[in-house]
Amino acid sequence: MRVGIIGAGIVGLSIARWLSRYENIEVHVIDKNPDVGWGVTKANTSIIHPCHEEDPDKHPLRMRLCLEGHDLWYEWVRELDIPSRWPGEIIVAFNDEEIHVLKHYLSLAVRNKVPGVKLLDKEELLSIEPKINPSAIMGLYAPSAGSIDPIQAAIAIAENCADNNVYFHLGEKVIDVIIRDRRVVGVVTSEKVYDFDIVINAAGLYADEISRMAGINDYYIFPRRGQYILYDSTAEPKPEKIIHTTPTPKTKGVYVLKTTDDTLLIGPTAEDLSPDKKNELRTTREGINYLLRNAEKLLPRLPPRNLVIKTFAGLRPEPSTGSFIIRFHEDPWGFIDVAGIRSPGLTAAPAIGKYVVELIHKHIDLKPKNKWKRYRKGIVRIKDLGVEDRNKLITKNPSYGRIICQCRGVSEAEIIEAINRMKKIGVKEITLDGIKFRTHTMYGRCQGSFCRVLVSLIISRYVGIKPWEITFRGGNSFYGIGEVKSLFKEVIR
Amino acid sequence: MNKTYDVAVIGGGPAGLAAAIKTADKGLKTVVIEAMNRLGGIPIQCIHTGFGLHYFKEDLTGPEFVYRFIDKVMDRDIDLLLETYVEEIINESMMSKKIKIISPKGSWIIESKTIIYAAGARERHRYEIGIPGFNVAGVYTAGEAQAMMDLYGIMPGKKILIIGSGDVGLIMARRFVLEGAEVVGVVEILGYPSGLTRNIVQCLQDFGIPLLLRHTVTEIKANNGRVSSAIISEVDESLNPTPGTEKEVKCDTIIIAAGLRPRTKLLKKMGVLIDPRTRGPIVNDYLESISVPGVFIAGNALVINDYVDYAVEQGETAAESVHEYIENKGVLSAEWRKVIPGSNILFVVPHYVSGRKDVVLYSRVSRPLENTYFQIGGIGKKIPLIKIMPSTMLRIVLRKTELSKYIGDIVVEAVEK
Ligand SMILES: Cc1cc2nc3c(=O)[nH]c(=O)nc-3n(C[C@H](O)[C@H](O)[C@H](O)COP(=O)(O)OP(=O)(O)OC[C@H]3O[C@@H](n4cnc5c(N)ncnc54)[C@H](O)[C@@H]3O)c2cc1C
Ligand SMILES: Cc1cc2nc3c(=O)[nH]c(=O)nc-3n(C[C@H](O)[C@H](O)[C@H](O)COP(=O)(O)OP(=O)(O)OC[C@H]3O[C@@H](n4cnc5c(N)ncnc54)[C@H](O)[C@@H]3O)c2cc1C
Repeated sequence: MRVGIIGAGIVGLSIARWLSRYENIEVHVIDKNPDVGWGVTKANTSIIHPCHEEDPDKHPLRMRLCLEGHDLWYEWVRELDIPSRWPGEIIVAFNDEEIHVLKHYLSLAVRNKVPGVKLLDKEELLSIEPKINPSAIMGLYAPSAGSIDPIQAAIAIAENCADNNVYFHLGEKVIDVIIRDRRVVGVVTSEKVYDFDIVINAAGLYADEISRMAGINDYYIFPRRGQYILYDSTAEPKPEKIIHTTPTPKTKGVYVLKTTDDTLLIGPTAEDLSPDKKNELRTTREGINYLLRNAEKLLPRLPPRNLVIKTFAGLRPEPSTGSFIIRFHEDPWGFIDVAGIRSPGLTAAPAIGKYVVELIHKHIDLKPKNKWKRYRKGIVRIKDLGVEDRNKLITKNPSYGRIICQCRGVSEAEIIEAINRMKKIGVKEITLDGIKFRTHTMYGRCQGSFCRVLVSLIISRYVGIKPWEITFRGGNSFYGIGEVKSLFKEVIR
Repeated sequence: MNKTYDVAVIGGGPAGLAAAIKTADKGLKTVVIEAMNRLGGIPIQCIHTGFGLHYFKEDLTGPEFVYRFIDKVMDRDIDLLLETYVEEIINESMMSKKIKIISPKGSWIIESKTIIYAAGARERHRYEIGIPGFNVAGVYTAGEAQAMMDLYGIMPGKKILIIGSGDVGLIMARRFVLEGAEVVGVVEILGYPSGLTRNIVQCLQDFGIPLLLRHTVTEIKANNGRVSSAIISEVDESLNPTPGTEKEVKCDTIIIAAGLRPRTKLLKKMGVLIDPRTRGPIVNDYLESISVPGVFIAGNALVINDYVDYAVEQGETAAESVHEYIENKGVLSAEWRKVIPGSNILFVVPHYVSGRKDVVLYSRVSRPLENTYFQIGGIGKKIPLIKIMPSTMLRIVLRKTELSKYIGDIVVEAVEK
């Protein structure tokens, strides 16, 4: 039995990981991007939510999957060596109205059986988290909240899947779903035709388009943009706990958090865009100013602007129905929607994967593999090792001692390791972004102005293409336009 | 690997090399630690002339200039550690510093009595100067673009917009034209160019490149992952964009030449105090950190210099200081006198003087001024300036004899006539 998953985001990959446990199915994951996790998964707040903000009456499935997904992440981060931290989160109230909101979420916490949630008076609040603006009057503390590195999570799951014989087809866009006798029988991509018995639509922002290819037209997805500001690790004030303003019907508020990478993240905005604006990954002056105003409320003062290392935006795949759309279709049989996975989709992803497998199991008998590989290890980072371990590695492979990224202390060997791992999961085009997400070169204070050219030379050497033929992230995003003097050669020609 | 050096020079650019030559000549056991696989620092990638006008009284290219120092280093008994990255400096005592390094030969600790820190600067990038829009290919800092072209032979783009009219931006504008690219303009947020007039003429006017003063880029637009145009707007007095003045400029490449910042991460970590005005360390006239004895700073890591010659001079000053320091087991106690930036002054380095020796002050004014006196309070020194821009670093020598005329803080001002 062949299963095709459209979308190598956190949701598609989580489904693939669950499916990789069974011996009577062959799992294929297709993504239009050259690498995994480049959709919604790469730009979000990265919170593993405690689930006291989910209303069990309005969204019972979402609540259940959020709660279960949260707990699964405790295991997945360990099994897959995914960077995570679990500091807990605090919703901060600044007036009486907001206190009401806190009490509302406390009651949801009780109903949802979220552990440890409690109100903090001003004194408790400021002693648990001294880096909150002292004008705060109350907080709602949820100790089970965590944060993971979402793109590293996607990469980790993909590598684990590849170890368990999941096939990846990256850089291939699905352009049609083939249906015969009211059953799905495969998909057509920009490159090839695939035969599948089951097709899972985990295409994030584009899930509505895929559904339409299968003749399903009862919902659409619209983007809700979230902008972010990222500060260098030295920026202060940098609270230990995840803190945020009170949620509104549309959003979970503006967050301030220390990431797993020790940087400081502020965001997101919540801007509804029309359904045709699925490429509007752009930051705006207004958006950034909105974030600064909210951060100014949460923190005793703003971090200095010269420590901004990046501003970026993500798009939430909001379903027109408001709820997660997860269903096994009878017509066409074998087509599964996993659509509208908006926030808290990152949290819920592992549970979504499990749930989808249960849906499939209702139709097909799944036989567990004898040997399923549960564990995956991340790239060894020389900077994290003690002197002895370092010297052992460097003696074996001197390029572990050749530091390419001075901001983050990343060695040449780590970059080469990243290239090899990309090849292992079927990445056909080695991109600068792929290296960036795996090694954190070009990710620090100087944003690659020192090391990008060196990284491009390493890729060039290992992949056998010219540095200017390397792209940041596929498409037309070439690092250069040719060799120096090529513009004159054009003229002469 | 178990020897203790008198001085470890961190950074093999002009400042570090000049320092090492001098410490070696004074008989000090010297090591130069450089992260790249070659010496020379930034000038290696600067193929234009304009180096050495003060120091050698010659107009040299970056490599020509810096090879004069590299050659001298090679002739001397100086240990060289290339491809060696300094991760941390630990201040054990006034006469002992431990330097944690990593290199293809291994990771170990180098011991030295003193440090000359000459790790140069980093460039400000797009996000730091707050340019919103799409995050796509085609946006480079000037230094990255220069390294791409002149070290590795990679052409970044065809149709170029440059942000920042400092000398670096101006030189890059010309560099692109000389490689057959079209430079659509240089955008400068201030009302005046930040670079030398010589460069405005030779790099822009000679090639018909427009300079847009009081403008900034307010958005980067993209097509299929690459810059397709920039929206530029006029700015008001407080440098905010004026709505309604937006213009779209087609380009495939945006070069950020928005200035440099001293690299101070390692210094901060060991407790070196930073001057918010220079963003470099606070130092006395020995160019020694005022909070961590035995750590001397020179070159762009100390203060952003417009001429490499000054970086060299600072390296030499630091070297002389180290020599004295080792002799006396520290800088001799003194009644330190503060140097205070007064009206119209952006910064002055060094921040403290001992009064024991001649001192070179490096300073910039905070706005363009005409018909002014650069005046040093107390001492009564007055230097007339016909026209002075913030982009020009002022270099003023105060003689020991002048300093001894007066005891008390030294206020530096630029007063209009
Ligand atoms: C601003 C913001 C903040 C958020 N904060 C949080 C949070 O803190 N906690 C939390 O739990 N959740 C959060 N979320 C939600 C979470 O990020 C998403 O629910 C989750 O990432 C969705 O993953 P996905 O796999 O469904 O989508 P994606 O990652 O978008 O994956 C879909 C993939 O399908 C591919 N694809 C699309 N069309 C095609 C095609 N035709 N052919 C082939 N491939 C195709 C895409 O390239 C993409 O890689 C946030 C989201 C946003 C935007
Ligand atoms: C585009 C451009 C054009 C210029 N044009 C001119 C001109 O025409 N005329 C002129 O006079 N000046 C010019 N300059 C200025 C001149 O290049 C600088 O003043 C000079 O390079 C500063 O020297 P430095 O030794 O302080 O720093 P750098 O030259 O930057 O050297 C610092 C060295 O330290 C190393 N280093 C940093 N951190 C570490 C670490 N942790 N461990 C080990 N090593 C480390 C670096 O790799 C580098 O080699 C120009 C600069 C630029 C960028």
